Amino acid sequence: MKTSRAAAAVAAAALTAVGLGACSDDEPDDGRTHITVTIDAGLEQAAIDAFQARIDQFEDANPDIAVETQEYTWTAGTFTAQLAGGTLPDVFTVPFTDGRGLIERGQIADIGDLTAALPYREDYNPNIAAAGEDPEGDMWAIPIAAYGQGLHYNRTLFEAAGLDPDAPPTTWAEIQSAAETISDETGEAGYAVMTNDNTGGWILTTVVNALGGRTEADGAATIDTPQMREALAQLQAMRWDDNSMGDNFLYDWATINQEFASGRIGMYVSGGGNYGNLFTQNALNPDDYGLTVLPLADDPNAGVLGGGTLAVVSPNAETDEQAAAVKWIDFYYMEKLTVQEAAVADAEVKAETDQPVGAPELPVFDKATYDEVQTWIAEYVNVPVEQMAPYTGQVFDQPLLNEPVTATQEVYGVLDTVVQSILTEEGADIDALLETAQAEAQAAIDAAA
Amino acid sequence: MSSIDTRPAGVTGDRARPRTAARPGRPGLLARARGGLPTLVFLAPMIIVFGVFSWLPIGRAVVMSFQRTNLVSDPVWVGLANFQQVFADPQLLTAVQNTAYFAVLALLFGYPIPLVAAILMSEVRKMRGLFSALAYLPVVVPPVVAVLLWKLFYDAGEDGVFNTILGWVGIGPVAWLQDADIVMPSLVLEATWAAAGGTVIIYLAALTGVDPSLYEAAEIDGAGVWHKLWHITLPQLRGILLITFILQIIGTAQVFLEPFLFTDGGPANKTLTLLLLIYRYAFTNSLGGDYGAAAALSLLLALVLTAFSVLYFRLTRSWSSS
Repeated sequence: MKTSRAAAAVAAAALTAVGLGACSDDEPDDGRTHITVTIDAGLEQAAIDAFQARIDQFEDANPDIAVETQEYTWTAGTFTAQLAGGTLPDVFTVPFTDGRGLIERGQIADIGDLTAALPYREDYNPNIAAAGEDPEGDMWAIPIAAYGQGLHYNRTLFEAAGLDPDAPPTTWAEIQSAAETISDETGEAGYAVMTNDNTGGWILTTVVNALGGRTEADGAATIDTPQMREALAQLQAMRWDDNSMGDNFLYDWATINQEFASGRIGMYVSGGGNYGNLFTQNALNPDDYGLTVLPLADDPNAGVLGGGTLAVVSPNAETDEQAAAVKWIDFYYMEKLTVQEAAVADAEVKAETDQPVGAPELPVFDKATYDEVQTWIAEYVNVPVEQMAPYTGQVFDQPLLNEPVTATQEVYGVLDTVVQSILTEEGADIDALLETAQAEAQAAIDAAA
Repeated sequence: MSSIDTRPAGVTGDRARPRTAARPGRPGLLARARGGLPTLVFLAPMIIVFGVFSWLPIGRAVVMSFQRTNLVSDPVWVGLANFQQVFADPQLLTAVQNTAYFAVLALLFGYPIPLVAAILMSEVRKMRGLFSALAYLPVVVPPVVAVLLWKLFYDAGEDGVFNTILGWVGIGPVAWLQDADIVMPSLVLEATWAAAGGTVIIYLAALTGVDPSLYEAAEIDGAGVWHKLWHITLPQLRGILLITFILQIIGTAQVFLEPFLFTDGGPANKTLTLLLLIYRYAFTNSLGGDYGAAAALSLLLALVLTAFSVLYFRLTRSWSSS
């Protein structure tokens, strides 16, 4: 009896050891550099196959590198946890907003020397490049896509309300008027805004920028400005006087896209490249879709808030892995912006897998390079470009503004509360809200500095 | 249990087991562990798993509350700065008030409802199993699915499920999740629906333990339903009631799922709770995760709940054992 109990104990100990041993990290020792790269979550099999084909091409061209994939989608909450947990792939993408903060705190690999050797390094639009540079001008994060904010509108609702979808609003007063008409005539929300998960602050900052204001200047919060008051007063009037904003005032990026795609929102402000998400994730009917530029106030400081995507390398990557990662970024993300063969191959795959080709973006280099790429892929374009003409015809002439750089998300969060208060409390005191928000935003900026 | 037992036999209720004779000196770990080495080896997996996944993270959180760290760069010791930062945050008071409001509402609605439901079910002669299953059904629904389902019910438009029903009697539409005055009761309603089933089952089990002869004796003495409930059922359940009460307080002090999924703390922080604030410190901060502040607030919450629990059990000890 005693023997069998001891044997069982030994077995239990062995099992424990085996279990713990299974936690160890084994990388195949085949003499190659192994990297994990990002693949979008939830892709169709055809798109996954196409991605694998690109990996095969890359590995053929770089036999000393082995590429593995890891599903990844940037969201504020999961990204921070993955970053802290060290579970991000070697190559991943982040929005422009996060670039400088990650660089300052050394949370991504310093690939400045590697990016300096890229042939197009000096061709970047300086405004775009700044999102991925440290104070010395070294590029730690490679900009792979850029956009300017736009006004998305539902052409079907416009028509149902007796408005001309080919002549979208060109002033904020026209937006307010169109929203009221849509709401009255169709019963749907004429205009809606994001309010949750820091997106309320993001969109409010967008509108303030379009009116000529800023939310941050020289390391100080500038929340209480005439432009901010104008933006909030209009929002308040649309919500409580016109009743043109529907019933839901707790949208984040995903849910407002969902509601817009289902035809329940007449207009909303978001990134100009949103069509991809609306179509692939939210089953938008392309016939419904319209996109135009944000109206800019007659003010020399007025501009359109920009944004974009950076490709970065994990801080855990070894030197050889960093080099391999930059090669992959160059191959997968950048060649299609600079090399005709790659641009065409990418567009062809996307078109075959029913992914949108030709959704508007802003050039990361210069307008001429961007236009050239558009001519290369013209035959594969499958998005309703005519319905986006009010945007694409004007956005390149609009001054592009970068997002605030210090405590960006915290200040956006503070402004979320302001927007939510305006939309959910009738007669909300704008003076009091701005006084509180100014103090909180300044505290956040001070803490970050 | 120690092998040296100086208490009179019978105190432990373990009369059949012979007492081990007292030995001089402090016995070793192996000797004190009844069963010796095999027991320790069998315990090892559990100790390792608990240690790695429960105790170590708790210890790490305590350490982190005194550090500034984003878990990528090297941590920096900052003394009590994280605690000062938490106390200086104007949202802390909002979160405490909201959490307390949720707890009070949940206590008012969520505490008595399962008890009443269980007592009513225990009186039912037929189909008691069916009622129990129906009461427990919401617990089976995954919490996230339940919240998404209730989001549809709470649609603020006239065609929302609840608003359609209210519309039949000429009420509404109600902005369930958008109105600052209504949003918290809306969350409590869903939370009560989701959690009541589990408590009902506990009460039903406890009710089967009440001696039927007590009720028979009371009936002979002419006691009515109310008297039987007040003088027999509730006193017989008080041990369970005390436990479910403290569990409810601890649970509601840590409410996260409903405000996170329904409103993300909105509108205008009206549903910002302590756990949601901790989450925001840790995961929605562009500093790359202010884990120090998150750990500090977590530690404070744990200390308060521990103190409350100790105080509660001390105050109610005589009542629960009488």
